[in-house]
Amino acid sequence: MTDAREAIMVGRATDGRIVRRPLSPHLQAYKWTPSMAGSILHRVSGVALSAGALMLACWLVAAATSDVAYDGVSSFLRSPFGVLLLLGWVAALWYHFCAGLRHLFWDAGLGFDKAVTNRNTTLIYLATAVLTLLTWIVLFAQL
Amino acid sequence: MTDAAKVSSGMRGAVPGISVMRTNLGRARGLGASRSGTGHWWAERLTSVALVPLMLWFLFAALHLAGLPRATVAHWATNTLNTSLLFAFVIVIFYHMQLGLQVVIDDYIHSGRTRLAALLVMRGVVGLVGLMAAVSILKLAFIG
Repeated sequence: MTDAREAIMVGRATDGRIVRRPLSPHLQAYKWTPSMAGSILHRVSGVALSAGALMLACWLVAAATSDVAYDGVSSFLRSPFGVLLLLGWVAALWYHFCAGLRHLFWDAGLGFDKAVTNRNTTLIYLATAVLTLLTWIVLFAQL
Repeated sequence: MTDAAKVSSGMRGAVPGISVMRTNLGRARGLGASRSGTGHWWAERLTSVALVPLMLWFLFAALHLAGLPRATVAHWATNTLNTSLLFAFVIVIFYHMQLGLQVVIDDYIHSGRTRLAALLVMRGVVGLVGLMAAVSILKLAFIG
């Protein structure tokens, strides 16, 4: 196994040649912290929600097209796979919402302290879990 | 790094023979690493602030509409307030999505041509799908 310090000694010259040179460490060199996982999850949930937005467009187009098209989209969303997607999107939505709110607080200059950030990341996970669970319950009651 | 960027980042002495007659403010405006200033960052914040109430409203609306037949949904969408909020929601969400996906592409695709191609395809798809969603809302509102 390559030593971690050795593994990051792989740089590239301007012509693309691989040369032995120290690189600034990337993810593999750092200990995982709640704030780091939270930041990555914010991006992942954003990309997942982009797929959700495409589904939203499908739903709107179907609603504006015909009863048959609308029933098609509805029955897909009620299928086990569709329900799984909806549950995932609800979780991604609440996470992105809560973490996004914290981004706005950061932009206002609040909560930059490292310990505070790690602590409220846990709080965001907790809030996401509670809000997701509540939404799922309402969703199942409706379906 | 372009000459303009070199000059603006204080490396003026490193570029011999170039004399720039623009003012400091003129150079600072619209520059930065992406040569577009803070426009992207600001748009991302504005859309996210707008999405806080819009998202909550949409979630309530979607949960209310889940499982109802098309006619009921269409009737709901003819209400002027609902049409307007739904239209605003779709426009803002697709704009926000485009801004976010752009950052992901900028971060992971390093080759200039591939990145440009990816950005164009992404913007084309997001723009078209967003437009289809917006047109559908208007169809629902005016035709039912």
